Amino acid sequence: MNPLLAIGAVDPWIAFFSLSTVLVTVAMGFWSAGKSKSAGDFFVAGRSVSVGWNASAISGEYLSAASFMGVAGMVMTSGYDALWYPVCYACGYLFLLLFIAGPLRRFGAYTIPDFAEGRYDSPLFRKIAVCFVLFIGFFYTMPQMKGAGTTLAYIFPGLPYWAGVVVVGAVITLNVSLGGMKGITLVQAFQYWLKMFAIAVPIFVLAAVVGHYHQHLGANRAAGESAAPETAKRLTLPAKAPSDEQWIAPFGKLTTKAVDASVAAAKDPAAKAELEASRKPYSLLYTYSLIIALVCGTAGLPHILVRFYTNPDGVAAKRTTMWVMILIGVFYVFPPVYGVIGRSLAPHLYDAVGAKGTDKIVLELPTLLAGEGHPLLGSILSGITCAGAFAAFMSTFSGLLVSMTGALAHDIYGRILRPSSTPEERLRAFKWCAVLIGTVSIGLGMQVEALEINFMVGQAFAIAAASYFPLLFMSVWWRGMTMPGAAAGMLGGGVAALAAITLTSISDVAAAGAKKLTDATALAAYWTDHPMGATLRDLWLAHPLARILCEQPAIWAVPLSIFLMITVSKATAARVPGDIRMKMLVLHAPESLGLKQEYIKEHEGLPH
Amino acid sequence: MSTPTSPADHVHSEAFLARLMRDQLRLSIACALTFAVVLLALPLLNYFQPELMATRVGGFTLTWLILGVLFFPLVWAIAWVFIRRSMRLEEQEAAAAKEVSR
Repeated sequence: MNPLLAIGAVDPWIAFFSLSTVLVTVAMGFWSAGKSKSAGDFFVAGRSVSVGWNASAISGEYLSAASFMGVAGMVMTSGYDALWYPVCYACGYLFLLLFIAGPLRRFGAYTIPDFAEGRYDSPLFRKIAVCFVLFIGFFYTMPQMKGAGTTLAYIFPGLPYWAGVVVVGAVITLNVSLGGMKGITLVQAFQYWLKMFAIAVPIFVLAAVVGHYHQHLGANRAAGESAAPETAKRLTLPAKAPSDEQWIAPFGKLTTKAVDASVAAAKDPAAKAELEASRKPYSLLYTYSLIIALVCGTAGLPHILVRFYTNPDGVAAKRTTMWVMILIGVFYVFPPVYGVIGRSLAPHLYDAVGAKGTDKIVLELPTLLAGEGHPLLGSILSGITCAGAFAAFMSTFSGLLVSMTGALAHDIYGRILRPSSTPEERLRAFKWCAVLIGTVSIGLGMQVEALEINFMVGQAFAIAAASYFPLLFMSVWWRGMTMPGAAAGMLGGGVAALAAITLTSISDVAAAGAKKLTDATALAAYWTDHPMGATLRDLWLAHPLARILCEQPAIWAVPLSIFLMITVSKATAARVPGDIRMKMLVLHAPESLGLKQEYIKEHEGLPH
Repeated sequence: MSTPTSPADHVHSEAFLARLMRDQLRLSIACALTFAVVLLALPLLNYFQPELMATRVGGFTLTWLILGVLFFPLVWAIAWVFIRRSMRLEEQEAAAAKEVSR
């Protein structure tokens, strides 16, 4: 389609709200960057910010495109099973609070590389940790970019998916490379409230017009019920949509997909019956593995920890944490409501995949008010949800870009490549690194159109859960950990989880390509051209359990990582840092005893 | 237990660190267990008591109501208890360390 024609067809309200969000974000970024002058202003700004602003900023960075759009889409597609995502995103924070946050804050470590070097006195381990920060960052960036592509393609119909990725990626990259990491707190705090407003207000208006949460949920007939307990306006579900009883009950499509495919492919009736019997136990296993990945993964996402302690006062920090949990929890009640009402009123989305499918339900649902006789209200509310979506992927992507650029510019360039560089050179390096990482992110984002946002985020969480969570947890609570043990566990667990996930992605991408072909000979030729995909497909069909364990590796990868840490540390026990008792005291003793200052003084005396 | 000769010695003693870590870990694990019991029991209830969990409350099934709505206040309650207790624990530890120094 002619792009000019497409722009002519754009709803003015949607364009207005979206554009305003982008402009306000860029303007606030420049404004706060101009207010702070020195490189150290970032953390000092954190100190002068009140609990409310700080908690909003942390929540603003945390609520990504996956939270804003992905959760609703996933609930619409998979029903009950997808509810684990919002719940575990919020609950992971509790684990962070219980086991990791307090000690890390006392240690004064703001990033995982800082902590890695401080805890083990090892610059080498710092380098390993930096590489892993970059790696997980990219993994988490891809779904944000996809959110950008989806939203822009929705707002400007006819605009290709990649255009949105390029435009948003370029805007944020420009913002970060010009404004840097200073004063991002206010921008992200603003974006939290924008997201909260954008998810809550439209759904209240919608519910008042088309029926409430419980009515739409109750209109789905569960297994064993003769009729649905509530009535609500519903459109006919297409053949691709899951049935009511599958959708509303646990152990539905999401967790039984692998077994279902095997059952459909099995020819021998005995084998079929055996597979049928394993469906429910396997789906319970899938659920547990998903829970472990999400809860432990939240506690291990590097950019969350960076943001966590912008407030160095102990009492205020704890109050901030409490508020973050409340702000995030309240937010996560809403996205599933979009999924539930969307199932009733926008079932046509089931027929498309990814960007054109259920992932855009949050943006599409408010426009249905036009059909109810409120076209203006529908446009305005849809504009508001679009603005919220922009805020979601912009705040998370800027946070990720800043933390990855920091890792590249300060740790790799500043410490490894050019330790003698001047501050001006490092500042210039920061800008170039931002451009480099932004470009790579855009390139990666263009490759992932067919994948579901929430699914990709789940994978990033699984890798973080199997690498950083064990690292932080064990380093804080077990003084016998050594650097080789920590590295072996982190890399072993992380790489194993990554390998498993890569296998599922290879077969999924191959299968997505095969879906487009209908001709039998062309299909056979396609699979001959993709031997890896064909082998994996046959493997999954024969062993659905293998598929589940590869798709959700946390249940074995997290214990594997901890096991490696313990055995390797025991074998290298001689390498436990000499001042481990002092390190443990700094990690665990109340700050009012002033041990941190004592520790710093001792370390300043040491030659480097 | 050895009698500390100065406050610094007491703070740096093995016994102080061990007690510190034990008390804090005990509090964290107690809170984590409360949470984990609920979190891990829910799939089991869904598995073994599907009829009970499918009971309708309003339009919600019981399990949907628990997971989609009631879970969040539970997490807040646990976090609130943890923060209060851990702040009190820190005060006690700091007071104990200063007590010895007197």
